[in-house]
Amino acid sequence: MSEGIAFYAIFFAAIFTNNILLTNYLGMCSFLAVSREVSTSEGLGGAVIFVMTATSVLNWLAYHYILVPFDLVYLRYIVFIVIIAAFVQLVEMVIERISDKLYASLGIFLPLITVNCAILGVSLFMVIRNYTFFNSVFYGLGSGIGWTVAIIAMAGIRQKMARSRVPKGLTGAGITLIIAGIMALAFMGFSGMIKIT
Amino acid sequence: MAGFKIRKVFADDLGANNPVFAQVLGICSTLAVTNVLKNTVVMCVGLIFVTALSNMTVSLLRQYMPSRIRMMVETLIIASYVIIVDIVLKAFLPDVSRQLGPYVGLIITNCIIMGRAEAFALSNPPGLSFLDGIASGIGYSYVLIAIAIVREIMGSGSIWGYPLLGDWWTNWSIMVMAPGAFFMLAIFIWIVKGIRDKEEGESS
Repeated sequence: MSEGIAFYAIFFAAIFTNNILLTNYLGMCSFLAVSREVSTSEGLGGAVIFVMTATSVLNWLAYHYILVPFDLVYLRYIVFIVIIAAFVQLVEMVIERISDKLYASLGIFLPLITVNCAILGVSLFMVIRNYTFFNSVFYGLGSGIGWTVAIIAMAGIRQKMARSRVPKGLTGAGITLIIAGIMALAFMGFSGMIKIT
Repeated sequence: MAGFKIRKVFADDLGANNPVFAQVLGICSTLAVTNVLKNTVVMCVGLIFVTALSNMTVSLLRQYMPSRIRMMVETLIIASYVIIVDIVLKAFLPDVSRQLGPYVGLIITNCIIMGRAEAFALSNPPGLSFLDGIASGIGYSYVLIAIAIVREIMGSGSIWGYPLLGDWWTNWSIMVMAPGAFFMLAIFIWIVKGIRDKEEGESS
C-alpha cells in the first residue's frame, strides 16, 4: 500500500497534475458533447463529482473485502461496472422522490454518467495504484473536481467562441479538441508540483 | 441482397459514418495509448474483437432482453469479452499489458461498442451484426493507428520501437504527452472534414 503519499497530495495531484481528462483522456465523450453551455456543464460536473467519490468508496470496499479474499480479482471489471450502474440508478430514484428541483437539474445527467469512462477509470486506477481507503476517497473527489474544472473552463471558452470565425472544417469537434490540447498544455505547467504514479 | 448489405455496412462504417470523424465517439480509452504504435495496434485488435463478438451476442439475445434492463445486459456482455481480452493479454503479452494498465478495462465504457449494440445489433441478424462490429472496429482503428504512427515518429523518432530517423532528429516531447494527441486528432478531423466539404460543394 502506498502509505507514503499524503491524501492532500493525491487530492491536488488529481485536480491539477494528473487531471483525469487532460492527461488520461477519460470522459472525453460527454466532455465533447455537453461542454456547449456553462450551466449544463456545471450540472454534469456536480453529478460527476458526487458519483465518482461515492463509487470509488463502494468499489474500494467491494474490491478489498469481497474480490481479494475470495480470489475473484479477474471479475473486477464486471463488479465495478455493475456497482456504478446500480448506484447511478439508485441515486436517480432517490433524487426523483426527494426533490423535484434537484431532479430537474441533475436527473437528466445521471444516465449519461454510467457510460462515462472517467468513473470506471478512477476505480481502476485506484486499484492498480494500491491506494488506501482514505487516499481513494480523496482521489475520487479530486478527479471529479478536476474533471469539472476542465469542462466548465471548456464551456466558458466555447461560449465565447460562438461569435468568432472558425475555419469551416474545424467547426464543432475539431476546434474543441484544439482547445482541449491548449488546455492540456496549460495544465502541464503544474507538473512537477506534485508527483503521483 | 446479402452481399449488397454487407458491402453497405463496410462502406458506412469505414467512410461516411466513421465513428471517429462523424460522431467523435469512443476516443476516450484508446487515444491515451496512441503514443506508441505497438500498444495502439494491440488495443485496436482487442477493441475489434470485443465489438464484433458483443454485437453478435446482443443480436442473438435481442428477442429475450426486456427493454428496461437492456443497457445493463449489454454492458455485462461487453465486460465479459473485455475480461477475455485482458486475460489473453496478460498471458501472452505481459509487457504490453502492463503498459496499457487500466485502459484495457476501459474498453467497456468505450461509447462505440455500446453505440453499435444499440444502433445496429438490436435490429439486425447476428451474422450481419458481427460484420458490422468488425467494420466499425476497423473504421475506428485506422484513424488511431494513423495518429499513433505520426506521434511515435515525431515524438520518439522511431516506429514500432525501431529507430527510424537517427541522431539528427530532435524528439518533440510534446507529441508523446497529452496535448499531442488532442492536436493530432483535431488535425485529422480537419483534413477529413475539409475534403468532405469540398466534395459536397462540387457535387451540389
